[in-house]
Amino acid sequence: MTLSVRIAHDFGAAQLDLAFEAPGGVTALYGPSGAGKTSVVNAVAGLLKPGNGRIVLDGEVLVDTQARQFVPVRKRRMGYVFQDGRLFPHLTVAQNLAYGRSGASPDRVVDLLDLGGLLTRYPARLSGGEKQRVAIGRALLSGPRMLLMDEPLASLDPARKAEILPYLDRLVAETKLPVIYVSHAAEEVLRLATTLVLIEDGRVIEAGPVAEVAAHPAIAPVAPNAPVGTVIEGVVGARQADGLTEVAAAGGQLYLSGDLGAPGARVALHIGAEEITLAAALPAAVGAVNVLDVTVDAMRLSGQMVTLGLLAGPDRLTARLPRRAALPLELRPGQALKAIVRPVVQAQRLPYPLVE
Amino acid sequence: MDLDLLGPAEWEAVRLSLRVSLVATLVSLPLGIFVAYALARWRFPGHGLLNGLVHLPLVLPPVVTGYLLLVLLGRRGVLGEWLNETFGLVVAFRWTGAAIAAGVMAFPLLVRAVRLAIEAVDPGLEEAAATLGASRVRVFLTVTLPLIWPGLLAGAVLAFAKAMGEFGATITFVAAIPGETLTIPSAIYTALQVPGREDAVLALVVISIAVAMVAVLLSEALARRAARRIAGA
Repeated sequence: MTLSVRIAHDFGAAQLDLAFEAPGGVTALYGPSGAGKTSVVNAVAGLLKPGNGRIVLDGEVLVDTQARQFVPVRKRRMGYVFQDGRLFPHLTVAQNLAYGRSGASPDRVVDLLDLGGLLTRYPARLSGGEKQRVAIGRALLSGPRMLLMDEPLASLDPARKAEILPYLDRLVAETKLPVIYVSHAAEEVLRLATTLVLIEDGRVIEAGPVAEVAAHPAIAPVAPNAPVGTVIEGVVGARQADGLTEVAAAGGQLYLSGDLGAPGARVALHIGAEEITLAAALPAAVGAVNVLDVTVDAMRLSGQMVTLGLLAGPDRLTARLPRRAALPLELRPGQALKAIVRPVVQAQRLPYPLVE
Repeated sequence: MDLDLLGPAEWEAVRLSLRVSLVATLVSLPLGIFVAYALARWRFPGHGLLNGLVHLPLVLPPVVTGYLLLVLLGRRGVLGEWLNETFGLVVAFRWTGAAIAAGVMAFPLLVRAVRLAIEAVDPGLEEAAATLGASRVRVFLTVTLPLIWPGLLAGAVLAFAKAMGEFGATITFVAAIPGETLTIPSAIYTALQVPGREDAVLALVVISIAVAMVAVLLSEALARRAARRIAGA
């Protein structure tokens, strides 16, 4: 999946003039409030007709102002999760979920987002976090080609945010849908994103894999304190004699602590960048249980830290280590490394076996 | 009050008024919703002109409105002659003409009420429905209409009450023919011209007041419900 965006629009008081590519995975649009992030998402959704530009999704032209092409909103199949939820107040949760009419059974999405107990309620009787979960479910059930999430957590207090984050992890691991995630909160963006687009005053100031862009001065001041990480999917295997549980990920076997569920259960694993250590080769004896073969995809130096984008099979991981620790590795793109992952990661159970 | 005071002629006026007002309201409803939607949601050249035109019957002397209707729809009127020759349709001096006059006079009230209700609906909800794949018609029927429903009913009730009371435009356009165009207000006026009909006048006046009160109370109750609904009760 590739979404290619190039738009220019004159709002009078502000100008929008930018271009970027979203290569699938989670692409975060990061920047201060009023930078134009929401306008970009609205243009992708078809809610804003840009004065000039071209938006292409996988070869299909959605907008081309020169060719006078404009696919209307309802034909774009973009699952849009609005900042304010925008649930229909006169419909129950179940009716809201069914509005998109994709014909898909809601059961899986209801399980994924734990909506079972809310189905007969009206939106006025939901908490802020519950509303956003329903809004995400409604977007998923419309059969979208990609998800557009515009500051889905911005209207929530910290406790409610913490309540939603695990669901976002599950969502990313479960649906494999490409996501455009808009936020001005670095910790949200870095926690999930694989691609980062920095936007200021209606322009892109830098874009690329998170590992490269996270060191940019626009985000770096907050980045060292924000937990960087990625989400991958795993299948729970046998519980080991020492209490660790075997989990099969696309990139290799992991042994993790904590209650992950019965064998065969699927889990979303949030792997923090600080939980990964790297080695060029393993010594004969190593005090680690999780070793993945990875290759370096992207790298960026910022101050005393090096941020790395790694490929573990089809999965993307982000690692961050001190420059001093990285120096002996003589890092270069394409290099094969051993990634040592701590056995403690945040894991969320996923419903239903994935049907591809 | 003793309803026996009403003779057959007065009863006929009451029945006719109810029929004229009901038809006027029901027929102007779809057009009123469309115009209100256009005024509330669309920006187009002539927006101000349309708004002014809709409100004209509210500020013009009713006699002028009635005269304009006569010029337009009378048997020799600009449109009236064509309607008569093409469809054999005559509205002048018929109860249908009375309904048209009542509908035109009530139209501004209807449009104002519906427009307010539409403007209270968050356009973001309609956008959200569109991102979920709904066509414009489906968005209107499943999101906008249910949310404005109580406001719409309130507007219709007001329009009905206004139509019940319409006098000036009606008597100018279609006169006051018993059984055809003699509505309650015309009947009151006619009865007042004859000495000794004060009882009938009083009875018709009381009926007018009752209809007006019920309409206003109903309309306000529905408007309150509209506000609660949009707040998400």
